[in-house]
Amino acid sequence: MENSELKETPLREQHLAAGAKLVPFAGWNMPVQYAEGIIAEHLRTRTAVSLFDICHMGEFEVDGPKAAAELDRILARPVLDQPPGSCRYNFLLNDAGGVQDDLIVYRLDAEGFFIVVNAATAAHDAAEFRRGLSGDTEFNDVSAATGKLDLQGPQAAEILVELGVDRQSLPCYYHWTNVEIAGIPCLLSRTGYTGELGFELYVAVEDTASLWELLTARGVKPAGLGARDTLRLEMGYPLYGHELDLYHTPVEAGFGAMLRLAAMPSRRFVGSAALRHNAPRQYLRGIRLEGRRAARAGMMVQDIAGNVIGRVTSGAFAPTLGVAVAMAWIDAAAISEVGTVVNIEAGKTLLPGKIAALPFYDRGTARMKTV
Amino acid sequence: MEMKYYSKEHEWVEVKDGEAYVGISVHAAEELGDITFVELPHEGDSCHAGDSLGVVESVKAASDVYAPVSGKIVAVNSQLEDKPEMVNASPEEQAWFCRIAMSDASELDALMDEAAYTAYLNN
Repeated sequence: MENSELKETPLREQHLAAGAKLVPFAGWNMPVQYAEGIIAEHLRTRTAVSLFDICHMGEFEVDGPKAAAELDRILARPVLDQPPGSCRYNFLLNDAGGVQDDLIVYRLDAEGFFIVVNAATAAHDAAEFRRGLSGDTEFNDVSAATGKLDLQGPQAAEILVELGVDRQSLPCYYHWTNVEIAGIPCLLSRTGYTGELGFELYVAVEDTASLWELLTARGVKPAGLGARDTLRLEMGYPLYGHELDLYHTPVEAGFGAMLRLAAMPSRRFVGSAALRHNAPRQYLRGIRLEGRRAARAGMMVQDIAGNVIGRVTSGAFAPTLGVAVAMAWIDAAAISEVGTVVNIEAGKTLLPGKIAALPFYDRGTARMKTV
Repeated sequence: MEMKYYSKEHEWVEVKDGEAYVGISVHAAEELGDITFVELPHEGDSCHAGDSLGVVESVKAASDVYAPVSGKIVAVNSQLEDKPEMVNASPEEQAWFCRIAMSDASELDALMDEAAYTAYLNN
């Protein structure tokens, strides 16, 4: 049976008790939704708080006096100047500048790093890091020993305070700290994938169920990967394997400025030569559709004259907006300014829409001050 | 007495006053999850059993709705266009998709009754 090969998170029993639909995702048996459904979970995350089981993602530890310099050569965004206590969104590229993975680097101290990667790419990423790091730098894949829970929504900080976390110690946006919750040591970062105020909590895998129970006992309800996907799509956040892949660069995906290619002309990293020399062929754009019918990944995008100018990477009904939205790769030669009218080929019909500014949903609380 | 029939594609048909009300089953609505979009057929069009009558979409999936019987579409439930969530709330009562004036009532014999459909779902 195919399902027997799926990995289970430590929370299977809790998911089933909450009425979860479990589906295969990146080799894991994951909750796509609970009894309430994706839209209720989505809206609750925007207005209150939700808890997500994200144990499938991979985590690495990198340590050593040369770790910062070596990671700076492996990853597309600078690492050397990253301050301890901060988190930085980053990319692992191939020599052509294509994205092997998008990930977050946590700088623990001068020599130590914690890296969070996608589940589907974790094994390949580990091999790439081992290949790129010297023998003097220690590399550990701690994915199997690490549990990860995301607490996301405008009430997330209050929940942590209720559980005894000192309000003053809550990290700022894209920073992390160590806390204890009921005696459970947690690495707590002010990060997430929803656009709302929220935290990601990393604990020993054996503590994951206890932490889940503590949070749900406070009245926090779970949300599944379905809501996680519609929440990130409303924010225009890319999902590896959809928006990001081996055949598109972070520059094409709209992340060029954070790579500081012009500001640091002599900095070299895997893929840097390709990024500096190759002009973008396509750009990642958001499309806001006129109606509720969703464009789906793989559908073609037409300009107003009927020429195919791109392809949809993700699309769904956006619960907060009440219309469908999509992301798409649009040919660099085509006009794709915000407001440009496009049509998406959905079988025999065309779904009309316009190129939209990202994020589609601009009232997210992710960056709000908590104290 | 009104008889209710089901197709293997999870549409239901209920015959009242010689016209067939058509919708999707409770099972289909539950499987799709939160329904976000419904495309209905056009009133006045003819359909053949097995034709696509329209589309129903949830957050995660899109699915065709097939005509379980042949005939002429005499009415559509246009409320569903603005309130597709009605399909989750009341799939086999309020959320009928269309009414078909059947051209061949014997096509109903090819469908399942409720007991046969339940057995089909459990199979």
